[in-house]
Amino acid sequence: MCGIAGLIHRGKTGDVGREMTAMLQSLKHRGPDSTGYALYGKPHGKELVIRFKVAEQDEMSKGFEIHRQVKERRSEIERRLAELDAKILEEDIATEYAFRFRIAYEGDLRRLANYIEDVEGAEILSIGHGLELIKDLGDAARVSGQYSLSGFVGTHAIGHTRMATESDVDIRSAHPYWAYPFADVSVVHNGQLTNYWNGRRALERRGHRFVSNCDSEMIAVYLADRMAQGATLEEAMKSSIEELDGVFTYLVATSDSLGMAKDTMAAKPMVLYESDKFIALASEEVAIRSVFPHEIDTFDPYEGEVRVWKN
Amino acid sequence: MAATTKATDLGMHTEQLAGRSQQRFFRPEEEERFTSPQAFEVDFKKRTQFDAGPMSSSEVNLKLRELMSQGYGSVVMKNPGAKHSLAVGILNRLNLTIEGSLGYFGCGLIDGPNIHIKGRVGWSCAENMLAGTVVIDKNAGSTFGAALRGGDLVCRGDVGARVGIDMKGGSIIIGGRAGAFCGFMMQRGRMVILGNAGKNLGDSMYDGTIYVGGKIDGLGVDAVPADMTDLDVQWLERKLKMYGLEAPSGARNMQKIVAGRQLWNYDNLEPSEKKLIL
Repeated sequence: MCGIAGLIHRGKTGDVGREMTAMLQSLKHRGPDSTGYALYGKPHGKELVIRFKVAEQDEMSKGFEIHRQVKERRSEIERRLAELDAKILEEDIATEYAFRFRIAYEGDLRRLANYIEDVEGAEILSIGHGLELIKDLGDAARVSGQYSLSGFVGTHAIGHTRMATESDVDIRSAHPYWAYPFADVSVVHNGQLTNYWNGRRALERRGHRFVSNCDSEMIAVYLADRMAQGATLEEAMKSSIEELDGVFTYLVATSDSLGMAKDTMAAKPMVLYESDKFIALASEEVAIRSVFPHEIDTFDPYEGEVRVWKN
Repeated sequence: MAATTKATDLGMHTEQLAGRSQQRFFRPEEEERFTSPQAFEVDFKKRTQFDAGPMSSSEVNLKLRELMSQGYGSVVMKNPGAKHSLAVGILNRLNLTIEGSLGYFGCGLIDGPNIHIKGRVGWSCAENMLAGTVVIDKNAGSTFGAALRGGDLVCRGDVGARVGIDMKGGSIIIGGRAGAFCGFMMQRGRMVILGNAGKNLGDSMYDGTIYVGGKIDGLGVDAVPADMTDLDVQWLERKLKMYGLEAPSGARNMQKIVAGRQLWNYDNLEPSEKKLIL
């Protein structure tokens, strides 16, 4: 059992960091192991924001050597970025092991991602013009405080509270997943995919990389693969209903859109609130009520349903 | 027999039962069948209200219990805030009005209260309800009325999937649309869907009756259409009128779905038994 949530402001911005934290904290009982955010801020032209980590949180408490290694890994990534003509405009240290770089880069994103992830321990959490993907162990209040997310102004966001069932409790297995190598595409998922290994092998043969053993990662990679073949987000999501096997409800976000898809059994919950100014979705209505404490009209999307909203 | 007739006269048993049944009919003269040791004597004229906003789910349910123990028979709950498991386990008469929406598992395991929810309910509302009425003004989530045993469960809006899964009695009435797998493994009782019904309607149903006023996306295994009878129409008109609802094209034009009974294997021997006998 995990909790997922999404929100999008229509035609304006809001404090999506604070709003998503409130939603995810109210879903803590659905998954206390880790919490993740994909927040969409205002893009700055062609500049990219890279969020990456060079170690897992639990590694940091295992001796002194890892602290030296983390510094070395970060230096190596800086060197490789320079080698690829990526100019670092700003560096933020979110934690000792997770970083946020704002860069100017117009080259191939897959090449950039592959070269950085070739550094031992390195994993790119996200690359995007507006997307910033943050995930770590603990509940939403802890992660929000750790990464100073309250006050993050943006247009939309998705988030996840995880109860680990089939893979480890670590950042690698936490949601959201970035749809490597597509800028600004991220996914959160509640459910189990029963054709994960077959699907993963097929996607790996097509050149896609997986960083975890979490079945949810396949949804992000699957959507990226379909979009690389020319499908729109909505078309890719509709084909996922047929091709992904198991029970699932997932949310996907792009630079300007928020989408949801539900399997044909409608086995996983999702509650939806829709108004002219705001869309909010969550595994439970209490999450939506954390943003709208007054009475609102909500409903459950139906089996096999795909919906996409634009900012 | 007299008790059976009386119960039927009261409108408790108008369902045409067929096949073998282990249903036990109410005996109105037997007091112990209508009360529970945890039930409270309440007075409908004794009214009160409380604000559930700052309370946890447990605190809300304990507050209700406290009010019922003091004899309050008409209670208004304000600001439920879509919290889970509210108004559960009420085993006596009570007029409860909830001004707002409930989360998951609201009104479960109740036996007798009349509950009016002026909002929406999440998944599994009125699960294992034994008697009474629950009326929801807005929409409802999935597994609405799961394993319902008795009483009337009414949603004026749309509901999610698997409505009345494993229901064993009572009536579920939906004013709008319903999702897939409604009436899955239904064993007894009636379900009325005035709008459209999703795919696999009545899948693997053992018994009971489903009425649909709109379009059906598809029937499940062993769910088959049946002819509407005068008894069906009378029951539908009476029941819908009670809740201010109407069939879109009239009760007589609704579709009736029952069990095909091709999956009934009650008299078949288990493989291990066959080995012993054959």
